[in-house]
Amino acid sequence: MTNAILTGLMLGGMYALIAMGLTLQYGVARIMNLSYGEFLIAAAFASHWLFTGWAISPFVGLALVVPLAFVLNFAIYKLLLTPLVRRAPNRDALEVDSILATFGLTFVIQGLMLALFGGAYYSYSFLAFPVQFLGETVAANRLAALGITILLGLALYAALTRTRAGTAVRAVAVDPFAAQLVAINVPQASALTFALGGALVAAAGVLVSTFLTFSASSGVVFTMKALIVVVMGGVGNMLGCLVAGLALGLSEALVASYVDPGLTLAVNFALFLAVLLVKPAGLFGRATR
Amino acid sequence: MSARIAGFGATALAALALLALVPRLGNAYYLALAISLLQYTVLATAWGMFSGPTRYVSLATTAFFGVGAYTVAVLGEILPWPLVLLTAAALGAIVAGIVGLSTLRLSGVYFVIFTFGLTELIRQLVVWFEVNKSRVLGRYVFVDITQADIYWQLLALTAAVFLLGWLIARSRLGFALRVIGEDETVAKHCGINTTFAKVALFTISATVMTLVGAIMAPRWTYIEPSIAFNSMISFQVLIMALLGGAHRLWGPVLGAVPLTLLFELLSARFPNTFTIILGCIFLLIVYMLPRGVAGLFEKLSTTAGGKARQRANA
Repeated sequence: MTNAILTGLMLGGMYALIAMGLTLQYGVARIMNLSYGEFLIAAAFASHWLFTGWAISPFVGLALVVPLAFVLNFAIYKLLLTPLVRRAPNRDALEVDSILATFGLTFVIQGLMLALFGGAYYSYSFLAFPVQFLGETVAANRLAALGITILLGLALYAALTRTRAGTAVRAVAVDPFAAQLVAINVPQASALTFALGGALVAAAGVLVSTFLTFSASSGVVFTMKALIVVVMGGVGNMLGCLVAGLALGLSEALVASYVDPGLTLAVNFALFLAVLLVKPAGLFGRATR
Repeated sequence: MSARIAGFGATALAALALLALVPRLGNAYYLALAISLLQYTVLATAWGMFSGPTRYVSLATTAFFGVGAYTVAVLGEILPWPLVLLTAAALGAIVAGIVGLSTLRLSGVYFVIFTFGLTELIRQLVVWFEVNKSRVLGRYVFVDITQADIYWQLLALTAAVFLLGWLIARSRLGFALRVIGEDETVAKHCGINTTFAKVALFTISATVMTLVGAIMAPRWTYIEPSIAFNSMISFQVLIMALLGGAHRLWGPVLGAVPLTLLFELLSARFPNTFTIILGCIFLLIVYMLPRGVAGLFEKLSTTAGGKARQRANA
């Protein structure tokens, strides 16, 4: 039982980390990014390549991959998504357009990765030894990933609530129109937040690659889980992200160890629907109407 | 007006009769191509029937297609063919009803997320059931259906879909959906039962997709979940409907026909980079033709009409 809960919490921490970037992209920049998981897998491949080809530890790789992802996502927002933002008459239209554009992008990135790496599953062995934690045996790489996740989450929370830029980002999330009235450069803030979301998912990708096997086509699953966590927790809400991520991880681990590992996705969706039927705006979301 | 409808109906019937003769040509390649064309025409039109007027992007085409195909794989040898098709349609309608009732009451985003994962969810459930309960993964389809039979069934379904779409567009339901597409809040205030209208149309469109899957299933002799639930179909149908313009009943055909031919060519020439090309084509359409070919025609005809009127006034 303790083992299942511990596994669930570690899995949940990972889901929370994965979803944090998306909640920024969707909650602040208003881009419903369906190609989100592909960026995670791309970062995982980058980390794999750095580790096997250049013997660079994933922790060092983090310092290389994350800034690169930030720049790349900034460029994507400026080049690909800004035309859509300009074109859209309202938020709903932007949502539909961004869904379509990023859905197309999914296939471009996935196709590129398939061409580069083929359809095989990849993994590498890093910190793969057991350690004792709270009386249970867990893998060191998972524990390390959880530690970094917590650090990243805390840093992000502090940045959003304690700094001037973070306050501006939260203002855009609440009302992009009114934010302009208090001299916030909304397009700039949106672009930077989108890029920050991309950097976070790259970090998640590097961490995930240390303990999970992945292939060029496994991005969709991550996108889906991130979306579920974001909506369940309430769009744009960090705390909601954490709680929903943990809930998802726990339920998955419990079902996998006590019912059947083949039913985890069904549990995800059941949980998702159950939350939405009770609280349509998510656990910590505010009702818009 | 009724004379115009009669004329149109006569033309459609004549076209249908001509198309029904395709298997008589005796060329297997053309027949296979014609089947692909019809398959995507029906799928894209069915997609547009729901997503066009409501502007809810559905990514679950494959899920329903797969349900249909898998129903045939399981029941194909047990039941007579018409019953198999009926069962498939009923299953598709039930799944669509459940999905629609649980997500369409909420905002459009939840619907998109759910349809995004639906294919994967159903595939996982099917795999789980096959591994644990029936203990077979992958089934052989031995039914007495020839390629020509598939073609004729698809042709009949195509005719039925267009007739249905035309009738719906003229009915109260179609009008309600257009109002929802323009502004859902206004629709509610007009006394439209928005949930009912959305779920009803989603179910109709999904049932058609399920039937396509069921009809197409005998083309493969061996079916396993990864074949039946191939997410590429959702993507291709979406591109086709968008290129044609989903806000018109006849729009998706304009996308389905050229793109089916193009994909046929591309997947043979560039099997390795096909996905990338597909994604780039899709992005081009989203950016260049947001209202599709149908929207382009409308724009051209209104500007041409406006110029003609200007000339008449001068």
